[in-house]
Amino acid sequence: MSAATVTIREPELRWGPSARGRLGMYCLIAAEAAIFTIFVVAYLFYLGKSLSGPTPAQVLHVPVLFTVCLLSSSLTIHLAVRSLRKAKTGAFASWWLLTLLLGAAFLAGTGVEWRHLIYDEGLTIQTNLFGTTYYSLVGLHAFHVIMGLLALCTVWLFTVFGKVTSDHAERVDTLALYWHFVDTVWVVVFLVVYVIGR
Amino acid sequence: MQSTRHISAKLPLLKALAVLFFLASTCLAQSPTFSSPTNIFAPASTPAKSIFGLSVFVLVITGVIFVVVGSLLAYAVVKFRKRKDDDSREPAQVYGSNQVEIAWTVIPILIVVVLFMATARVIANVQKAAPDNAVHVTVIGHQFWWEYRYPGLKVVTANELHIPVGAPTEIKLLSADTDHSFWVPRLAGKTDLIPNHPNVMWIDPQEPGLYLGQCAQYCGTQHAKMLLRVYVQSQTEFDHWVRQQSQAAQSSDTASEGRRIFQATACVNCHAVAGTPAQGRFGPDLTHLMSRDTIAAGIAENNHENLRLWIQDPSRLKPGSLMPAMGLNEHDLNAVTAYLETLR
Amino acid sequence: MATDLMTLPGTQTTVETLRRPLVDRLHEWVTTVDHKKLGLMYMLYALMFLLVGGVEATIMRIQLSAPHKDFVSPQVFNRMFTMHGTTMIFFVAMPLVFGLANYLVPLMIGARDMAFPRLNAFSFWLSAFGGILLYFSLIGASGLYGAGNAPDVGWFAYAPLTSHSFSVGHSTDFWTLSLLVSGFGSIGTAINIIVTILCLRCPGMKLGKMPLFAWLNLVMAGLVILAVSPLSAAQIMLSIDRYLGGHFFDTQAGGSAVIWMHFFWIFGHPEVYVLVIPAFAVASEVIPVFSRKAIFGYPVMVAATVAIAFVGMSVWAHHMFTVGMSSTANSFFVLSTMAVAVPTGIKIFNWLATMWGGKIDFKSPMLFCAGFLFQFLVAGLTGIMMSAAPFDWQLGNSYFVVAHFHYVIVGGILFCLFAAFYYWYPKMSGRMYNETLGKLHFWLFLIGFHLTFDFMHIPGLLGMPRRIYTYEPGRGWDTWNLIVSIGVVFQAAGILVFAANLIWSYFRGKIAGNDPWDAWTLEWTTSSPPPEYNFAVIPEVKSRRPLWDLKHPEDPDWKYE
Repeated sequence: MSAATVTIREPELRWGPSARGRLGMYCLIAAEAAIFTIFVVAYLFYLGKSLSGPTPAQVLHVPVLFTVCLLSSSLTIHLAVRSLRKAKTGAFASWWLLTLLLGAAFLAGTGVEWRHLIYDEGLTIQTNLFGTTYYSLVGLHAFHVIMGLLALCTVWLFTVFGKVTSDHAERVDTLALYWHFVDTVWVVVFLVVYVIGR
Repeated sequence: MQSTRHISAKLPLLKALAVLFFLASTCLAQSPTFSSPTNIFAPASTPAKSIFGLSVFVLVITGVIFVVVGSLLAYAVVKFRKRKDDDSREPAQVYGSNQVEIAWTVIPILIVVVLFMATARVIANVQKAAPDNAVHVTVIGHQFWWEYRYPGLKVVTANELHIPVGAPTEIKLLSADTDHSFWVPRLAGKTDLIPNHPNVMWIDPQEPGLYLGQCAQYCGTQHAKMLLRVYVQSQTEFDHWVRQQSQAAQSSDTASEGRRIFQATACVNCHAVAGTPAQGRFGPDLTHLMSRDTIAAGIAENNHENLRLWIQDPSRLKPGSLMPAMGLNEHDLNAVTAYLETLR
Repeated sequence: MATDLMTLPGTQTTVETLRRPLVDRLHEWVTTVDHKKLGLMYMLYALMFLLVGGVEATIMRIQLSAPHKDFVSPQVFNRMFTMHGTTMIFFVAMPLVFGLANYLVPLMIGARDMAFPRLNAFSFWLSAFGGILLYFSLIGASGLYGAGNAPDVGWFAYAPLTSHSFSVGHSTDFWTLSLLVSGFGSIGTAINIIVTILCLRCPGMKLGKMPLFAWLNLVMAGLVILAVSPLSAAQIMLSIDRYLGGHFFDTQAGGSAVIWMHFFWIFGHPEVYVLVIPAFAVASEVIPVFSRKAIFGYPVMVAATVAIAFVGMSVWAHHMFTVGMSSTANSFFVLSTMAVAVPTGIKIFNWLATMWGGKIDFKSPMLFCAGFLFQFLVAGLTGIMMSAAPFDWQLGNSYFVVAHFHYVIVGGILFCLFAAFYYWYPKMSGRMYNETLGKLHFWLFLIGFHLTFDFMHIPGLLGMPRRIYTYEPGRGWDTWNLIVSIGVVFQAAGILVFAANLIWSYFRGKIAGNDPWDAWTLEWTTSSPPPEYNFAVIPEVKSRRPLWDLKHPEDPDWKYE
């Protein structure tokens, strides 16, 4: 046994909380990316293997409008965070709300598309391999959009009550990072489902 | 140095021990202790023999590695232990050595290259197509029995596979339900039967006899009792067997009562007897049931008691088998058993 | 009077104090976000499930000790091997690994806690809930009536056995959901470990200066993020099949059973590295201290571990050699599997070189590490045998594989985890364990381990497949199975001695002090157990062994690194 003493010197903190949050978000994104990759692989693997039922080419229409909505919401969220960093909370609230609405529009668009597919084309998750893989992949993405929207909504509510200031810019930016990820996933899903797969 | 003189003096003794150990293990391997009808080191067919050759090569290399590294570890553990009269000074701190690291990186890489090339060659040999003159058999795995169809020879049977000696047999592997695996160690490595994923393997047993195995992929409750029996016969015997199996069921008046009950109850939903209205495919084909040595996928001898017991309540022999207890009364049970016993 | 060990605030001195009321103490544990308490909860939880998993194994070995035994029905046996595998991997090995990482990583890097303490607690409770959900299957949803409802599809739950057609009722769902939930807990902990190590190291501790334990847990956490996610994805797909009528693995609808295997093993193989790399981490701390030498080849050890992680993500289909892949695909996986043996071997050589020229003190931690080295060598060699695909066509899915992976997990990983328990028990509890009982545990368990798992290879070579509830006499398997079963008695005895030692020493052990092993990493500067804040003042380090520098000011490490 030996009693050891350690150097006494109060160090400056080199890593702030923001670095932690961002790195944590990157790790979460990596994990989520792995999950989506498996669903994409399943989708690609099963292309053309359905034994029956409607094929992608027959029933899928390229969702231009609500894709534009979602992708531009990445721009608006970026502008929102930029405003917040400059302490322009009014502008921040506006851009943030616009992001929310664009995201909601995307979800509504997905809902409309699904309604058409289920009731007009008779394609459900049970119909065939295409149905299963399509609804699972797009649905998983939509689920992540919903989670993101819930978080965005929470921040927006805090903003409305005047609680969000430029001090929170880093944390809000970390959330924005998640939103950018959700948009990136949509780019991949869009390419796989509506371009390659059709 | 003291320690090396110590070791070199013991070297002849160590050599003698090594030789003795080698002899002992080879003897032991042949002895009754290790004898088994499913020994992977007793190959009787080309694929099994290729695998055996590779396995010996791999065993020798891994054996050498084990002896070398194991000895070094044993030596370190003995030589560098703290002595009772230790002076509590820390030993020389060595942080690393690039040469040593390179050496024990390069040598394993070389071993890997050699092993890989040997392995790739055997993979190519075993996975190549069977010769053109092969007998073709389609094996369909079921929970918990094996269906055999010889498409060219118009034979359908179950659980006991007959093939000719000295000639190749190409086996197509399908599944009717879940995953199974065809493993007869003395004839070949195992290949899985996966629904919607046909596989092919081939064997060419060099000696006649009965070869045993069993299902090697967990497939449900009675996975353990899905045994394999491969009868390798001379060409004459095999031809005779094929002729016999491709005939329809012999009709016999002695068992007309049993035949009537069989065809009137649910038996025909699952079982087929060629030349009769019974055309069920869910369970084994019974046309030549009495030509088999065993029932219930090899787990019970095909005799009167077992057959009767099986029909009465399969779960007494194989709990979890998919054949239900038919609930026959004594009279019907005896009659049906008598009928089945006419299906030679 | 019941006492506790407590650190005097602001100091590194431990004193005995009177215990607070039980309710207060329980409340503290349930609501804690302190990495040390969470670490201990992970480890105690794991030890509890170790006993449960051991009972499951014992039931199986009694059933298999002779052919045609009637100890349990096939339905019960099939649930036993499923639960045993699932429990041991997900609710024993993973929590042990996470528990150790949780407890030690912040201490070793000079931090006060993990980066996200509340996420830490949340992840623990998710994982704990998963285990309880799995075992609820024994009594829930018609479990008490009939043969129980525990899953019986094997721990890797191959399709289409898991589809509604072949797995009626909810037993498979318990498997899916409990692992899905605890999987999310694992990902949370992994994120925490990565961010803690990358962001919270004390001044002077560059990545190249942190203990190997921290490095290896960093690699493990990266693997968890990349590997557990595919399992979660596959389980979501399976649930879609079972609940929403999907066809991901529905072979009748054109689906593929093989793709489940790919998805599962893309998780399943890196998972074994998730388990073994922290075991390597323990060995890399214990062996140097008990050999009285610095670890040999620190940079190579880091590089080799990273290489193992990378290459290990490309070997998964060696679990599928018998599935009927093309010879090209088979050959690729042969090559990648053999390749991963190279960095693994390098690590064994480096540990050997660490011991070489040292003064090895065979206290319990070092005994278990010595066992680990021999056994992991053997396990690696049987792995190489199976990496030669044609050889695997015979050995795969037989008792040879079962022997191999138990050699890795019990002979390798569990031995290292026992070493970890003995090494850090003084730090965590403040008291020394009983050395005689520790040695007794080692020898009993060693004998039992070898009786069971050495001889288990033989039935595999003689054609005995795995997952069978009974076997035929006359195959030559009888005697070997009996010997294998007898070994269980010794292992059980060893575990009982271990548990007794942990408990007895907690109340009666000698007070350990800060640094009973004369070790070199930062956790040994705190009191035992450490105060809640770990370090009153964040330390600053100059080398990989800050305490060596302090104890040997004339010959510090930083001169040579």
